[in-house]
Amino acid sequence: MTDTPIVPPADRPLLQVRDLARAFHVRRAGGFFGRPATLHAVDGVSFDLRRGRTLGIVGESGCGKTTTARLVLGVLTPTGGRVEFEGEAVPAPGTAAWRALRRRMQMVYQDPLGALDRRIPVGQQVMEPLAIHGIGARAEWRSRALELLDAVGLGATFFARYPHELSGGQRQRIVLARALILEPSLLVCDEPISALDVSIQAQVINLLLDLQARFDLGFLFISHDLKVVRQICHEVAVMYLGRIVEQGDPDQLLVEPAHPYTQALVSAIPIAAAARRRPRLILKGDPPNPVDRPAGCSFHPRCPAATARCLVDIPALKPLPDGRLVACHVAHGEAGARPRAAA
Amino acid sequence: METLVSIRGLTVDFDLGHRVVRVLHGVDLTIGRGQAVGLVGESGSGKSVTWLAALGLLGPRAHVGGSVTLGGEPLLGVPVRRLEAVRGRRIAMIFQDPASALNPVHRIGRQLGEALRLHRGLEGQAARAEARRLLDRVGIADAGRRLDDYPHQLSGGMNQRVMIAMALAGEPDMLVADEPTTALDATIQAQILDLLRELRRDGGMSMVLISHDLGVVAENSDRIAVMYAGRIVEEAPTADLFANPRHPYTSGLLAALPDLEGPRRRLVAIPGTVPDPAHLPPGCAFAPRCPQAIDACIRAVPPLEHVGSDHRAACIRVQTAVAA
Ligand SMILES: Nc1ncnc2c1ncn2[C@@H]1O[C@H](COP(=O)(O)OP(=O)(O)OP(=O)(O)O)[C@@H](O)[C@H]1O
Ligand SMILES: Nc1ncnc2c1ncn2[C@@H]1O[C@H](COP(=O)(O)OP(=O)(O)OP(=O)(O)O)[C@@H](O)[C@H]1O
Ligand code: SF4
Ligand SMILES: [Mg+2]
Ligand SMILES: [Mg+2]
Repeated sequence: MTDTPIVPPADRPLLQVRDLARAFHVRRAGGFFGRPATLHAVDGVSFDLRRGRTLGIVGESGCGKTTTARLVLGVLTPTGGRVEFEGEAVPAPGTAAWRALRRRMQMVYQDPLGALDRRIPVGQQVMEPLAIHGIGARAEWRSRALELLDAVGLGATFFARYPHELSGGQRQRIVLARALILEPSLLVCDEPISALDVSIQAQVINLLLDLQARFDLGFLFISHDLKVVRQICHEVAVMYLGRIVEQGDPDQLLVEPAHPYTQALVSAIPIAAAARRRPRLILKGDPPNPVDRPAGCSFHPRCPAATARCLVDIPALKPLPDGRLVACHVAHGEAGARPRAAA
Repeated sequence: METLVSIRGLTVDFDLGHRVVRVLHGVDLTIGRGQAVGLVGESGSGKSVTWLAALGLLGPRAHVGGSVTLGGEPLLGVPVRRLEAVRGRRIAMIFQDPASALNPVHRIGRQLGEALRLHRGLEGQAARAEARRLLDRVGIADAGRRLDDYPHQLSGGMNQRVMIAMALAGEPDMLVADEPTTALDATIQAQILDLLRELRRDGGMSMVLISHDLGVVAENSDRIAVMYAGRIVEEAPTADLFANPRHPYTSGLLAALPDLEGPRRRLVAIPGTVPDPAHLPPGCAFAPRCPQAIDACIRAVPPLEHVGSDHRAACIRVQTAVAA
C-alpha cells in the first residue's frame, strides 16, 4: 500500500485484488459425523478494474464467482490476500468505515423479485438507501428517486406501483435504480439478467451500458452467458475451481481460446446461425468436488490435452505473447519441459 | 412424415373465480415421428400451458377445448386411466421446475424404480440395474452410489439430469422437454443436449423442446414454432426461420440477441412488454409493440397462413406482401 499516494487518482484502479483467497471449513458427506475438510472456494485470485470499465467473470457453477464478489464487497472476510477499493483496503465488515464504503460499491443480484419487498411500492424502495444512510433532506428523497426512475427509463407513474405489477425487466430496472441512488463507483452484478427474456435482456444490457457511460461506473459482471459477456465486458476472466485460468480481451478468448477449459466452454455456446457453429468439445465427467481438488492443474482429470506434468505441477497464470493471461502448461508450450530445465 | 401428435384449435381458459381468462387461443401444431420441434416465445406466451393441457395436467380450474391426437387416437376428454397409460410411457415430459418433479423424501433409486415398474414392469434387481444404466446415460458419475442419494444431496444440475433419466425410463415415443437445461452450465448443457440428440437418432424419439434460448432451440430442432400471447405467430423449418424470419415478433427476438462475433452493435430491444392475457389488445396482440403495425392490424386477429411453401406466419403485412 506504500505506492498509494504516488499514483495519481485518475490512473489508480478503482479496484485492486491481489492473491485473494477464501477457504471454508466443511464436513465431508456423512453430515454432522462427516470428517472435517477444507474447501478452497477462491484460491489466489488477482485482477484490477478501472472506472468506466467492465470485467466479466465466467465459469461453471461452484467455481467461486459469487464468493469472489462477496470478498470484493467485504461482506465476506478473506482468508488470504487483499482487496483495495479506490486505493484503500476494504475495512472489516460491520464497521462504520465499511458501511460508509459500501455506499460506493453496490451489488445487483440475479433474482429481481427476491431483491424487492412485495409489500412496499417500488418508488419507496428506490429511495430507501438514502434513508438508511441518512443522506440529504427527507424532502429531497422523493425527487431524487424520481430522477433515478427516469435514468432507468421508468416514468413517475411507476413510483407508487408494487413489484408484482411490474414485468421482470422493469423490476430489474428498479433494483438498478436503487443500487445507483447512492452514486456508487463500482457495481457488482451477479447474473443480473439470466432470469429475463431475450427481449428484456436486451433492454437491460443497453441500460447498463448507458448508465456506465453516464456515471463512469466500474462493473464486475458475473454471468454464464458468454454472448452477453462479449456485449458488455472490456475484459473477461475465466474461473475454474477457485482460480482464474484465462483472462483477456473477450474477442481474443472467444475466437481463439487458449486454455483447454475455455476451449470447451466456448465450443459449448449454442449458436442460432448454423453456418457459424464450431465443432463441440464435450467434457467428460462432472466438475470435481472443491474439497478434493486434484493435484497439479485442477482441470487435468477432464482435460483432453493433459500431459504427465499437468498431474503434478500447478500451472502459473502468466502472459502469452499476445498479452492475455493463461494458466496452462500446454498453452505455454511447456508441457514437455522438465521442471528444472537447464537455462 | 408420419404424424405422431396433432394439436388442433387448442384453447385453455382459466377459471379465476371472479372471472375466466383465456390464455390459449386456438393452437395448431403437428409433431412428426422422430421430429424435433422447438417452441419459443417470451415468458407467459403459453408454451408450457400448451403441453400441460395436451397431457391433461392442468387441473379442474382449466377448461381445455380443441383436439389433441396421438397416433390418430384422441387424448382430450378421454378417461383418466387411458391418459395415465400414455403419460410417461408414450409421451414423457421434463417439467420446467425441477424441484416440483422429484419427491424430496424418497431416494433417487426408489423414484426411478417406481417409474420403471409403472412403465416397463421392471422390478427388483432388473429395475435397479436399469436405473443405474439410465443415470449413467445422463452423465452422472458413480451412478450405483447415487441411487441411494436423496434429491437434496445432489446439485441442481444433477437433479435436472435425474429428471431426464426419469422421463427416459418409459422409453417414450415423444419427449416434451420444458426448459431442460436452463439451470445448467454451458458445458453440462452441451452434454445433455448431445444425449437427447443421440436418443432421437438411435431410438427415433420425437421431441418438443421449449426454451427461451434461441441458440439452444436452433441447434436441436428441425422446425420451430414461435408463440406470442397464446397463439402461434410463425412456424417454419429451423434454417428457414432464422435465415428468413417473416413475423415482426420473430425478427424482434432475433435482433435482441447479442452476437458472438463481428462488430459489436447496440442490441435492438423489443419495446414494451407482453400483454396481460386478461386484457389483450384488439386485433394482432403484437400490434402495440410492432414497428410495422398499420390501422388494419388492430381490426382483426391475423390468421396463421402460408407465406412460403413450408412457412406460416400470422401477420397481415407479410400476407399482403406475399399475395401481391
Ligand atoms: N458459506 C459457505 N460455506 C461452505 N461452502 C461454501 C460457502 N459459500 C460457498 N461455498 C462453496 O464455495 C464454492 C464456490 O461457491 P460460489 O457460490 O462462489 O460459486 P459460483 O461460481 O458463484 O457458482 P454459481 O454459478 O452456481 O452461482 C462452492 O463449492 C460452494 O459450495
Ligand atoms: N394455473 C394457472 N392459473 C391461471 N393462469 C395461469 C396458470 N398457469 C399459467 N397461467 C397463465 O397462462 C399464461 C401462459 O403461461 P405459460 O406457463 O404457458 O407460459 P410460458 O410460455 O411457459 O412462459 P415461461 O417462459 O415463463 O415458462 C400466462 O399468462 C400464465 O400467467
Ligand atoms: S495445464 Fe494441462 S491439464 Fe491443465 S488445462 Fe493445460 S493441458 Fe489441461
Ligand atoms: Mg454464484
Ligand atoms: Mg413455461
